[in-house]
Amino acid sequence: MKGWPNFSFERFWGIVVKEFIQMRRDRLTFAMMVGVPLLQLLLFGFAINVNPKHLPTEVLLGDNGPQGRTLLYALKNTSYFDFVRLLKTEAEGQDALARGEAQFVISIPENFSRDLLRGDRPSILIEADATDPVATGYALGSLNTLVNTALQSDLKGPLAYLNGTSGPFDLRVHALYNPEVNTQYNIVPGLLGVILTMTMIMITGLAITRERERGTMENLLSMPTRPLEVLVGKITPYILVGYVQLGLILIMAHFLFQVPVHGSVLLLLTSALVFIAANLAMGIMFSTLAKNQLQAMQMAFFVFLPSILLSGYLFPFRGMPVWAQAIGEVLPLTHFLRIARGILLKGNGLQDVVPELWPIALFAAVTLTIGVKRYRQTLD
Amino acid sequence: MADDFAIDVKGMTKSFGERKVVNHIDLQVRAGEIYGFLGPNGSGKTTFIRMLCGLLRSDEGSGTCLGYDVIKQSDSIKREVGYMTQRFSFYEDLSIAENLDFVARMYGMKNRKEAVQKSLEHLGLAERQKQLAGELSGGWKQRMALAACLIHKPKLLLLDEPTAGVDPKARREFWEQIHQLAAEGLTFLITTHYMDEAEQCHRLAYISYGNLLAHGTVDEVIKLAGLTTWSVRGPDLLPLVAQLRNKPGVQQAIAFGNMLHVSGDDPAALEQAIAPFRREPYQWQQIPSGLEDVFIHLMENSKDNYSS
Ligand SMILES: Nc1ncnc2c1ncn2[C@@H]1O[C@H](COP(=O)(O)OP(=O)(O)OP(=O)(O)O)[C@@H](O)[C@H]1O
Ligand SMILES: [Mg+2]
Repeated sequence: MKGWPNFSFERFWGIVVKEFIQMRRDRLTFAMMVGVPLLQLLLFGFAINVNPKHLPTEVLLGDNGPQGRTLLYALKNTSYFDFVRLLKTEAEGQDALARGEAQFVISIPENFSRDLLRGDRPSILIEADATDPVATGYALGSLNTLVNTALQSDLKGPLAYLNGTSGPFDLRVHALYNPEVNTQYNIVPGLLGVILTMTMIMITGLAITRERERGTMENLLSMPTRPLEVLVGKITPYILVGYVQLGLILIMAHFLFQVPVHGSVLLLLTSALVFIAANLAMGIMFSTLAKNQLQAMQMAFFVFLPSILLSGYLFPFRGMPVWAQAIGEVLPLTHFLRIARGILLKGNGLQDVVPELWPIALFAAVTLTIGVKRYRQTLD
Repeated sequence: MADDFAIDVKGMTKSFGERKVVNHIDLQVRAGEIYGFLGPNGSGKTTFIRMLCGLLRSDEGSGTCLGYDVIKQSDSIKREVGYMTQRFSFYEDLSIAENLDFVARMYGMKNRKEAVQKSLEHLGLAERQKQLAGELSGGWKQRMALAACLIHKPKLLLLDEPTAGVDPKARREFWEQIHQLAAEGLTFLITTHYMDEAEQCHRLAYISYGNLLAHGTVDEVIKLAGLTTWSVRGPDLLPLVAQLRNKPGVQQAIAFGNMLHVSGDDPAALEQAIAPFRREPYQWQQIPSGLEDVFIHLMENSKDNYSS
């Protein structure tokens, strides 16, 4: 019998169908595939993007006039600020921020009421510990409306003109320690990549080792299957799973965390295909290298750590030492983070995406090749 | 003519680490033959079969399987061989029909649906086709495995203990089927631990510790062993066993149901040894040696060879 092609679509498809059926029957794995991203997004999303309230605030009160008091009440009413101490000197305030005792120090200057009534638009200084920008973001955001509304009831009748268009006073915000102020927008698109990395590698990491452990490998190998058919056949169904995850995360990111979508969703979905494939290929490579499922899991965790630490997900990429950046550049997650953030937040287009896409594609090709080479066609 | 042999291999050898598990085994199986492959646990039967279908790389050895080079052409061999593993190795989370369908796809069968349906009916699996393989009882699992091995119309079937744990009736049916298929031209290499099954084989081979100790038809194997056997009936045979075993000339004394088989390869010495016990209440009778006597004999001898 001649003419057996190297790659049989029939056999490849047979594996795909089989994997689909098994996936459907394996409730736990199925739940994991849908549940884990949801749970992670909710946990991470809310834990990281929690809208923290009652933040410790200290006040340097330079003026005892009624308007200053009203303003403080208004601040308190936003429930973001909890006044914990009245300061005597500016230095005390600096100290409290440095030690992390206070999240905010609010300074109401001398003669605040007088200047306000004169229409001089006195300035109130709010210093924030922005080490964790997310923690202060919402509180500071609430201030903008406050400028206009806080004193409305005080400034009535003849004083009403002071409300003006730009507000009766001026707010100056100093974000200390982290002047760039990264927002939570940065984290949710990042989470997209992290969740895909974790679940995709884990799922396929088990693919071959499971066959070995259940003894079905002996049967599979006794049939005329080829490594590429088996490996690609095992990857394909999970691309769909990856897309389900992606869709869930994107919808939640947009509607729950208000992450903006400035660029093309289609472009994001297309680039995600390469990214998902790269992670699946990496998982399948582990699967061929590992002796059992436990080893495959360990290998997966070996990749998770650098992926999370060195990809720019947790720490700004540019802030890392050169060697760490070099490792980061190899990881698919690093490039996908740039793509996802770029498309969602900056509205990046194809020409910005391609330079980040090919390293992922290369990674996928290399890992799949290693997988095919390492896939043993015998039992010894 | 080499074409007459479905399997024709020489010097097949396999070691795991230091241990030689299969030691220079030559085997010739004619096309259309049911060939029994026997030997105690761990003697290397499974390992040998795995080498035949390319699941294990042999350290040494050469030959052909269905005319293909057994070392270099395992891809071609796989396409025409059905291998039933000793341990059930189909997907337990797939139904019978899904498993068969999967197998049919792996062999790239043209009219797959039809082939699956036919094999379901042929082996009486049609009503259970939706049942998950993992939920089947042992006997039904074997039946399904056989169906899966046959679906691509192989020329050679390698069955590794296909009837282990199967009830007598199912075993009988299983063998009827095998005879029928052999009549249609299929070749079988079957491992088994059952003597009644061994006796049904056209020819058989006996291996122990990786060495081929005997081969040929049942009669040839028995004759070659050159064993003389006496049977004893009577009450309270157990003390007799201990006494007989120490006698020179008696190589083995084994209980068979309610009687004892006493064998040795020197008829005169054996007769002398049993002479003192040939009295009431024992009834002695010389019988032709059976396969089991011979196999136990071979096993005992090979143990000596191995340890020395
Ligand atoms: N993959 C392996 N690695 C190491 N040793 C092995 C391996 N497979 C089998 N063996 C050893 O080789 C010997 C022969 O095993 P094999 O399974 O071929 O025996 P068998 O004749 O099929 O026995 P049984 O009747 O119990 O099925 C055994 O001692 C076994 O421990
Ligand atoms: Mg065995």
